[in-house]
Amino acid sequence: MTRDQDRLDRLDATWRDAPGLWGFLTTVDHKRIAARYIVTALLLMFLAGMLALDMRLQLSVPENTRMSPQLFNESFSLHGSTMLFLVSVPAMEAMAFWLVPLMLGARNMAFPRLGAFSYWLYLGGVLTLWIAHAMDITPDLGWFEYPPLSGPSYSPGHRADIWAQMITFTEVAALAASVNVAATILKMRPPGMTLARMPVFLWAMLIASIMTILSMPSIMLVTSMLIADRLVSTHFFSPAGGGDVLLFQHLFWFFGHPEVYIIFIPATGFISSIVETFSKRPIFGHSALVMSLMSIGALAFGLWVHHMFAVGLPQLGNGFYTAASMAIAVPAGLQIFCWIGTMWAGRPWLATPMLWVLGFVATFVVGGLSGVMTASAALDLQLTDTYFVVAHLHYVLIGGGIFPLFGAFCYWYPKATGRLMSERWGQIAFALIVGGFNLGFFPMHLLGLMGMPRRVYTYPAGMGWETLNQVATAGSAIAVLGGLVFVANALISYWRGAPSGPDPWGGSTLEWASASPAPSWNVAYTPVVDSLTPMWNDGRPLRAMDGIAIERREVLVTSVTDATPLYRQLSASPSIWPLIASLAVAAMFLGSIFTPWAVAIGAVPIGAALIGWFWPTRPRASTGPLRARS
Amino acid sequence: MKLARDLEIVGDLSNLPPSASGARNLVWWGNTGFMVIEGTGFALAAAVYLYLLTQASGWPPKGDQHPGLLWSGIFTAGLILSELPNLWVLRCARAKNVAGVRWGVLAMTLIAMALLIPRAFEFAHLGVTWHQDAYGSVVWLLLVLHTAHVITDWGDTAVLGAWLFSHEVGDDQFSDVEDNSNYWTFVVLCWLPIYALIYWAPRVL
Repeated sequence: MTRDQDRLDRLDATWRDAPGLWGFLTTVDHKRIAARYIVTALLLMFLAGMLALDMRLQLSVPENTRMSPQLFNESFSLHGSTMLFLVSVPAMEAMAFWLVPLMLGARNMAFPRLGAFSYWLYLGGVLTLWIAHAMDITPDLGWFEYPPLSGPSYSPGHRADIWAQMITFTEVAALAASVNVAATILKMRPPGMTLARMPVFLWAMLIASIMTILSMPSIMLVTSMLIADRLVSTHFFSPAGGGDVLLFQHLFWFFGHPEVYIIFIPATGFISSIVETFSKRPIFGHSALVMSLMSIGALAFGLWVHHMFAVGLPQLGNGFYTAASMAIAVPAGLQIFCWIGTMWAGRPWLATPMLWVLGFVATFVVGGLSGVMTASAALDLQLTDTYFVVAHLHYVLIGGGIFPLFGAFCYWYPKATGRLMSERWGQIAFALIVGGFNLGFFPMHLLGLMGMPRRVYTYPAGMGWETLNQVATAGSAIAVLGGLVFVANALISYWRGAPSGPDPWGGSTLEWASASPAPSWNVAYTPVVDSLTPMWNDGRPLRAMDGIAIERREVLVTSVTDATPLYRQLSASPSIWPLIASLAVAAMFLGSIFTPWAVAIGAVPIGAALIGWFWPTRPRASTGPLRARS
Repeated sequence: MKLARDLEIVGDLSNLPPSASGARNLVWWGNTGFMVIEGTGFALAAAVYLYLLTQASGWPPKGDQHPGLLWSGIFTAGLILSELPNLWVLRCARAKNVAGVRWGVLAMTLIAMALLIPRAFEFAHLGVTWHQDAYGSVVWLLLVLHTAHVITDWGDTAVLGAWLFSHEVGDDQFSDVEDNSNYWTFVVLCWLPIYALIYWAPRVL
């Protein structure tokens, strides 16, 4: 944010990474960490998408034998586990890592080394699942691995353990990332950005982080209990020993349902940013949107039993969870009206990011309506475990999470790379993906209503399901083709795209104030905010403050509610220790698949790595019994 | 470098202090975030205990002994009493008393280590193994979960104490001591409901 070259050079010297591999391994730059998160997640989305296409080919004709039942089980387990744990949630975290400091006008996250640690642990989860797959130890019990099927009696070998420890990796990573994001948003806002002036995007990321903090301990606990049942013969889920298999489902879904909103709520942040910028007016109903997000965040913790209507719970419980499940449609619907209101009162510009918003609204409304249907315990009992639910969950997760993510990718791509993606190929990719998706998944509603069950590797001829399955397969193939066009557009634009300049869309929030791509130090001065749309101030110069150091890594810390400047905090420098610590943690997690002693023995290298991580850089003591003696 | 807009410098932040204590400090929020995560874990583990209790016909199941009250009582009394030196260390940190935090953190290291002795006996007197039945499994789960926190905080306190003696102590270190004291209070507070569940629920409910 300055043209003073000397200042920029000094900032660059302070904040740049070491060159080459060492810099790659030690970086704590939130943008580099986020970029590797996104690249990893997109690669996995491709791989898991190929699995989906493979399954669709299998189901395109009845009595097909090209896939065995075991291979089909492995395919949908790997597909679901990858998409939920390794793609959707990490991609949303990545967007927070990348954008939160830029939108705050801050130079890095609150805990830069913790951010690096999160990525390396996430990568550990990715490698655990997919290297195990390469070694034919693929989990094969769905993305939730219910006992008793996943217990020691019915699942010998290590397939279930691989799944459970993949969860541990990714959830520790997600929890650390969430604390990082929440602390950054609460304590590092620029002067003037009170809570009331916080963009919806930041609210969304804050609420999703808090939801992660409150829900993910549940899945860590339940997978640890499952591993204990399998490894040291505890009886949490064995009825013969006084355990209860439904306990697993309760704990799994206490996490699992909020997870849907942990994916959806960041997406509402993307949508709000895109709608505001491309409607060329401040978002309509900012307070209503934020209150809706809070309501969704709270209600999401009261719905989990609607995943368990078929297990035979008391009627009263079913009634309560039916009501709560329907209630959440109210704030979700309110948000849709706010976005439509913004477009209605603005001058919408249908560039590619905005097309994705329209795709989102149409698709998510369909998914929401089928959600209201399945929220009814009586109807759910008929529809559960049929393709209707497959259709519903994909409309919600792809329509409500992935379409906004694609829109966000197109919207912020120029900020990340300094180049524009091709609008023409962007529109083609949009048409193929949204068209293919609807062609692929809408027929599944009908298949479900006709009684076709989920998770079957084939079906007999003469059920009347053939044509709809073939349509679904064709739609999936078209959507995958669109995905390839989307990725090709991103790759080609990286080298050949038109230069974007710092603010190609006329964006409303502070990330557009920095250069594109943003330098390692993000901003040269600390911005001062006096509205919800600080970049829209009638072309006047942006107000900023000087005084945050340029010769050392330093960030501004402000108060939680009013963003009043409090003090200047040193920001952590690049370090190899997050990588070493995550390797030590990985050794413990993987070892504990085979022996409980790994937990005790593995704690020693973890402790050593953490000591290295936090080793003091301040001078030796000059007083006391351990003072430096020259 | 091309920027979107010109700038108008309207203030200077260089006269702000280089650190702050308590909830003003950034790290305090990180520490609190992890306490919320772990507190949620404790709450869910307690919910697991209560859930299994409601599913069982007897608690403890027939044939299992009640958990022993002696060592758990010693541990609990010691843990509660440890709050006195812990709060004293917290006060030293806030008063920026270098000698106080050095010797206080050392004392807390020794106290935490000493508390591991009755804790070890607690395991021996639970009256059930983890593989006996679901009751045993969940009792061990709760105790292992809490013990992991005692050991973690003991290790953390020991390293912090060593560095307080070996290196200069500045404002950031006082904040570290404050966070460490808060964390120990968290470990104490989490224990009280867990203690009630493990040792008194089988006797009272």
